[in-house]
Amino acid sequence: MELVRGEEMFSHMLPEFIVERREDRCIRCRVCERQCAFEVHKYDKELDMVFSDEKKCVGCQRCAVLCPTDALVIRPHPGEYRRNANWTRERIQDLKKQAETGGVILTGSGNDKPYRIYWDHIVLNASQVTNPSIDPLREPMELRTFLGRKPDALELRFNGGDYEDVEVATELYPNVMIETPMVFSAMSYGAISYQAFKSLAMAASEYGTLFNTGEGGLPKELRKYGKNAIVQCASGRFGVDPEYLNCAAVVEIKIGQGAKPGIGGHLPGEKVTLPISVTRMIPEGTDALSPAPQHDIYSIEDLSMLIYALKEATNYETPVSVKIAAVHNVAAIASGMVRAGADIIAIDGLRGGTGAAPKIIRDNVGIPIELALAAVDRRLREEGIRNKCSILVAGGFRCSADVVKAIALGADAVYIGTPALVAMGCTLCQKCYTGKCNWGICTQDPYLSRRLNPEIASKRLVNLLRGWSLEIKEMLGGMGINAVESLRGNREHLRGVGLEDWELEVLGIKGAGE
Amino acid sequence: MRRMRRETLPDKEHQACGLFGVMNRKGERFGGRMAIDALMNMRVRGNGLGAGFAAYGIYPEHKDYYALHIMFQDWDLDAKREVDKFLGANFDVVCDEEMPTNPEASVINPPLVWRYFMAPDKKGDEKRLSDDDYVVKKVMHINTRIKNAYVFSSGKNMGVFKGVGFPEEIAEYFMLEKEYRGYIWVAHSRFPTNTPGWWGGAHPFCILDWTVVHNGEISSYGTNKRYLEMYGYYCTLLTDTEVMAYAVDLLMRRQRLPIEIVAKIFAPPMWDHVDIMDEKRKKLYMTLRMVYAPLLINGPWTIIVAHHGEMFGITDRIRLRPITAGEKGDLLFVSSEEAAIRAVCPNLDRVFTPMGGEPVVGRLKGVEKELRKKAEEGV
Repeated sequence: MELVRGEEMFSHMLPEFIVERREDRCIRCRVCERQCAFEVHKYDKELDMVFSDEKKCVGCQRCAVLCPTDALVIRPHPGEYRRNANWTRERIQDLKKQAETGGVILTGSGNDKPYRIYWDHIVLNASQVTNPSIDPLREPMELRTFLGRKPDALELRFNGGDYEDVEVATELYPNVMIETPMVFSAMSYGAISYQAFKSLAMAASEYGTLFNTGEGGLPKELRKYGKNAIVQCASGRFGVDPEYLNCAAVVEIKIGQGAKPGIGGHLPGEKVTLPISVTRMIPEGTDALSPAPQHDIYSIEDLSMLIYALKEATNYETPVSVKIAAVHNVAAIASGMVRAGADIIAIDGLRGGTGAAPKIIRDNVGIPIELALAAVDRRLREEGIRNKCSILVAGGFRCSADVVKAIALGADAVYIGTPALVAMGCTLCQKCYTGKCNWGICTQDPYLSRRLNPEIASKRLVNLLRGWSLEIKEMLGGMGINAVESLRGNREHLRGVGLEDWELEVLGIKGAGE
Repeated sequence: MRRMRRETLPDKEHQACGLFGVMNRKGERFGGRMAIDALMNMRVRGNGLGAGFAAYGIYPEHKDYYALHIMFQDWDLDAKREVDKFLGANFDVVCDEEMPTNPEASVINPPLVWRYFMAPDKKGDEKRLSDDDYVVKKVMHINTRIKNAYVFSSGKNMGVFKGVGFPEEIAEYFMLEKEYRGYIWVAHSRFPTNTPGWWGGAHPFCILDWTVVHNGEISSYGTNKRYLEMYGYYCTLLTDTEVMAYAVDLLMRRQRLPIEIVAKIFAPPMWDHVDIMDEKRKKLYMTLRMVYAPLLINGPWTIIVAHHGEMFGITDRIRLRPITAGEKGDLLFVSSEEAAIRAVCPNLDRVFTPMGGEPVVGRLKGVEKELRKKAEEGV
């Protein structure tokens, strides 16, 4: 399969961005030239001028932000084809790319198409008169969350009349406590830089939540962050060893990813540097191919065997999560997963991000997480097994209100990926697959990745978690709720605006005013 | 394609109310006067749109039979025929009669209320159910499947009397002062704030001999309701108090947890407090919170719950609704207001205001002894 890479030149292509340099401001410091891994800017010594090859520009804004005199403006290229609602510029450009290469068009980041974002059609409740709202600045407001399987009931043994001197006789399933209902999405070391990976680990550890290793293993020296790690066991089995499984808070079997349901992964050999090859346990410089399915899981019984194999390997002390992409039959699949022994089910929606995926898949396969979540939560309740698992959802969460709405629809916690990347510097230029991330996040080039300082980036991530948590507390307090569990599945606090009947039905919410 | 009717949550009522409960811990029975007077003292906590009473020990002559008080909306005799047929097929009905009422009482549109005394007549697969579970199942059937019929109460040797009106009007209509003597009286007057009151929607709510009266608005309603649905409880009475009643039934009757533990589930201490406890207590509180998180009752509420041998009052974890308790000899009082207690018993031995989440528990002397024995045996 021939792949189309962004850095290649296409003779019939219009540039995507225009680079405007205000010559009166430019001091020829050449920062832009050094910062741009795509080699847009070039200084001509003889003319003492900086020239820009805007065909190469991806619009990441790194040069514009770092220019000391604000001399640069990068904006979408105004050149246009004849307006056509059907044949948009994007469609025409994609056709030309393929005509010149005969390959699959790659992209990064999440689905950018205007599918309905249900979060923007759901509004929240607040208390008035009959029920006091609670001020989170004055009263405790609790976000602590437990991920894992819960028993139906507890058996207690009492010692005399003291009801605090009680033994819990029921054997409990392992659960993981997090201080806020948000964890970092799966991003592997290899897909992202060591610095970015370490920043996520440090931030999760500092805030008391989790990060997810993706399928890239966990470098030995970072295993001290294991108790804040969800470690993945995916179709390539990269980096899986007993210590990897046993140092972790959660083990996750990755079946699918929202950005590319039904598709595997491919880390090109040039990104498999020595440390990555050691971590993934593959030879240096070889392609790391994750097959589309797990070849030992062709059915739900097979899944159950892997779940219990992992539970055996971790002495039944670690919850096992199973992550799938949100697809049409997600509710039935989720129910099967719980019955197969999954303690956590993770669902990744249509707008979930990726380091690299075929554009046609990213933009067309899967269903929105809002609908998938509502359907799964309802199905598990109808079957009386909702408390046998926790639901983690991923895919396009943009702000704390999205998180609150997801919890009210039934999620236990939310995976945040893109917001974490943006907090570290990402501007969603969607060129993750090129390995040339100017922000040092999605690259293995040491010249680029050392731009990201884990001390600083982890601080920004902690700030993100703190900011969102404070906002969640404000919203909870407004609803007269002081513990996040009282919002979980509480669709009474949601109302739809501008939704069709069938959509309200699937979401299980009333329309505003009803 | 036929579009299915959209399934939405039922409307629920928002309310602020007056609560009162009194218990004689020796089990001596007395009339309804104290409960009526106490509620009259808290008149501003109601608005005449609902009041009700539960009394325990009122049917000693039928004490081994389930006493069902069933209301038929709009005197719907078809509904009554259907209920009669249903009960006849599932129970041995030993006695049934119209509830004695005073036609001169000033209440508006009273429904037909009938009482049945009966024993379960289990057949086939249902033989495996306990009597109580069997009765719960049949009560759920009547409430959800038979239009215009609602079961007010379904316990042995107890009953619920409720309707639309001020408390003294309801008491007069059901002739509570003259007709009945009980050792626990729990009463409620109501201030519904959105839907008009209807007879079935008044408190107390009852399942078997468990009754709940409630003041407040539960902000965790949707969470609690959907959790209880997994255990076969369906909320049909359009108010959040029902959630309380079913939660109590699930935890206390089916799972046999004592109120002291249930209180920690409904109104758990803050994590800040739990985090500084010794390991054993920390483990208990964390486990309870982890397992029963969907039954944390959030928002402002006070409830008084009663069943045979036990009555308790409890308020929410940050005390957004009032509760006061008082004692005089064998009598234990729980009320929204101290004034209401003092109005019916001026010389109290002790008055106290419990903390949020701390239950005030009254038990019959015999029950207390039994519990202590059980605890010593380590059950």
